[in-house]
Amino acid sequence: MSIPLSWYLILSAALFCIGLFGVLARKNAVAILLGIELMLNAVNINLVAFWRYGTGEITGQVFAIIVFAVASAEVAVGLALIISVYRRRSTVIADDLDLMKW
Amino acid sequence: MTPEQIIFILTAALIVGTAFLVVTTRNLVHAALWLVATLFGVAILYGLSGAGFLALVQIVIYIGAIAILFIFAVMLTRKEMRDKGAQVNRNWPISAFLALLVFGGLAFILSGWDGFSATASSVPVSGDTLTALGKALVSPDAFVLPFEVASILLLAALVGAVYLAASNKE
Repeated sequence: MSIPLSWYLILSAALFCIGLFGVLARKNAVAILLGIELMLNAVNINLVAFWRYGTGEITGQVFAIIVFAVASAEVAVGLALIISVYRRRSTVIADDLDLMKW
Repeated sequence: MTPEQIIFILTAALIVGTAFLVVTTRNLVHAALWLVATLFGVAILYGLSGAGFLALVQIVIYIGAIAILFIFAVMLTRKEMRDKGAQVNRNWPISAFLALLVFGGLAFILSGWDGFSATASSVPVSGDTLTALGKALVSPDAFVLPFEVASILLLAALVGAVYLAASNKE
């Protein structure tokens, strides 16, 4: 195993920042959720890398599995919310959903 | 350069390139399909790290369920298939600057850390990690509580998603 840990960490940081840009810049609510998925995957890469380079504990993989569960729960509820909003307002553009903006 | 390093660099290029396309592609169906490529790259990375089970779970859950759910949601929430106009809001230069700032900050903090250039011990991952993982998930002195909390979270998300997406019309 000749890959330095730093490669994993830099790749994960890059993926996280691309996801962050997607969350901040995209207009469409579904695209914002796509950015969140990228960020969760960056976290998982870090967890697996630290498991591999750690002291033999399985903790990294356990938390990666819990991140999987959280990601699927988040996507299910998030997309249900988006579909519900689309039914009422006929739009999924985040800027147009300003009902609570004062 | 060892073969592992070459595979890592190719996979990293795949992940970063397709992730960039996910956040910049105008057509959302294409963005969801690029996300599938990104997730597949991450699965290759798990396999490369020796976490074969996680690679499998990544493909089954992320690509099989989540990405397909995204494609369904994209198709359910638009009136016309072709998106017109910009897909990013008017503050996108600030967003790009913030993302670059976070990346620079992370790289700076990480480069000052002692363990940054650590390489894994040459011994392969000890024994059967899948058995260890299964035991850790249900053992009372390990992670049974987070595991049960995650299952309750999944149940709550299931009920909530059904309630939210159900049509209110009689």
